Amino acid sequence: MTRLSVKGLWKEYEDQVVLENVNLEIGEHEFVTVIGASGCGKTTFLRLLLGVESPTRGRLLLDGRALPSEPGPDRGIVFQRYSLFPHLSVLDNLLLAPELQGSRVLGRLFGKRRRAALDKAERLLDAVGLSSSRDKYPAQLSGGMQQRLSLAQSVIGEPQVLLLDEPFGALDPGVTADMHRLILKLWNMNRMTIVMVTHDLRESFYLGTRLLVFDKPRIDPQAPDRYGATVTYDIPLKGHRQASSPMARLQAVTTSARAMP
Amino acid sequence: MPRLVNRHPNRLQAITLSLLPFALVLAAYLAASHARLAANPGDKLLPAPAALIDSIHRFALEEDERSGSILLWSDTGASLRRLAIALGLSALLGASLGIVVGIIPYVRAALAPFVAAISLIPPLAILPILFIVAGLGELAKVLIIIIGIAPVIVRDLALRSAELPREQLIKAQTLGASTWLLVNRVVIPQMGPRLIDALRLSLGPAWLFLIAAEAIASTEGLGYRIFLVRRYLAMDVILPYVAWITLLAFALDWLLKTCRAKWFPWAEPTR
Repeated sequence: MTRLSVKGLWKEYEDQVVLENVNLEIGEHEFVTVIGASGCGKTTFLRLLLGVESPTRGRLLLDGRALPSEPGPDRGIVFQRYSLFPHLSVLDNLLLAPELQGSRVLGRLFGKRRRAALDKAERLLDAVGLSSSRDKYPAQLSGGMQQRLSLAQSVIGEPQVLLLDEPFGALDPGVTADMHRLILKLWNMNRMTIVMVTHDLRESFYLGTRLLVFDKPRIDPQAPDRYGATVTYDIPLKGHRQASSPMARLQAVTTSARAMP
Repeated sequence: MPRLVNRHPNRLQAITLSLLPFALVLAAYLAASHARLAANPGDKLLPAPAALIDSIHRFALEEDERSGSILLWSDTGASLRRLAIALGLSALLGASLGIVVGIIPYVRAALAPFVAAISLIPPLAILPILFIVAGLGELAKVLIIIIGIAPVIVRDLALRSAELPREQLIKAQTLGASTWLLVNRVVIPQMGPRLIDALRLSLGPAWLFLIAAEAIASTEGLGYRIFLVRRYLAMDVILPYVAWITLLAFALDWLLKTCRAKWFPWAEPTR
């Protein structure tokens, strides 16, 4: 089933074309990784999906309906930084989504509904390994713990689509491996669709079931902003289950992709 | 021998050094007072310690013959009440207006230039207008403080709330926040420590406007008393009053700082 449709998408600023003619169908429970050189529009693409930018031309559909032009609970997001609320404890950060969605006036839950939300938050805290830090503030957590909490916070409301903007870019390599296991666990738990922008080639191959490469197919050296980027390679992957080395797979798929018309 | 920038005083040295300037000023005063009084026993400019203590005793412990109240305390009460009302209202106004100006683009477009213009009016220049319009009562004195500090607090909080990372506001929306909930659960709680910081910085101007207003039209208050006894060159009263005002200002600042640490532990710098 198609979750996200991108039809003839263009994004231009003044005299700069960032994205040109992007067409995509992304299904339910796909794990799409997006890579590309810096400035190739991959973050702009994510921001369009998030609803903080609007397309110059073309359409974005979520479950067949026009994508709302502002962020909403149907699309979760984890940024590289600043995703947590510094004034809330770990547990309160997790409770925020149920509280915001369950109480439109006070933004707080009481009694039975609070206990239900607490139960869910505690289980998720366990799943991301933060139970012992539940009363700490984000500033007291390490970078890896912060991102684990941020992931948990984004999935507790069960969004259909989870957007990840280089979420592990600032973490140590050892911590990143843990994060990879965690994101795959959450992905399978909620069967959501994930679109993840990364600059780490290994990561994109290891995690994704599908790899999108954004690049500019045409470049005018006199006017580098004249043409925009689009999806130059759309590579199906077997996901993290495949064991062969990422670089070997990269060579294999890029050559086969080039051979395609 | 390490460089000067790398040498740190130990605790005892730090305390001694911090007391040193106070001690020096005190010593200079005592010496100058002694010298002047030796030349002219009737000198009023730098009263001797005994005269100061006598005045303090008279103002802080004895009832005034005419009013029947202990002047230092009734003056302190009157001034602090004005200050507290003005600071409270300014905080309320500054926080509510500042946050909507900072967060809601339409309100910012409508009010930011207006608030900027208002904040540039010299408050003391419109003090006569206030006395004409609001009379010589408490209202004018509280208003002058509010007019003096509220626009600055509004602008400060507008800047601080606009400074919140975009990522945080976007994230809150993806968690289901409406504008109302975004302001109430994400922005307002984070502006608490910022408001206290703004208030602490406003304390100086607030005292300035308070004393100016009391000096011109009042029947009690710390500023009133100083300007009243000025007519008799009563330095033995003015000096203790100034020291007392300084102590009060210091205590208020400390109180705000302590409240900030207690109420908003997450906003304290991590060690």
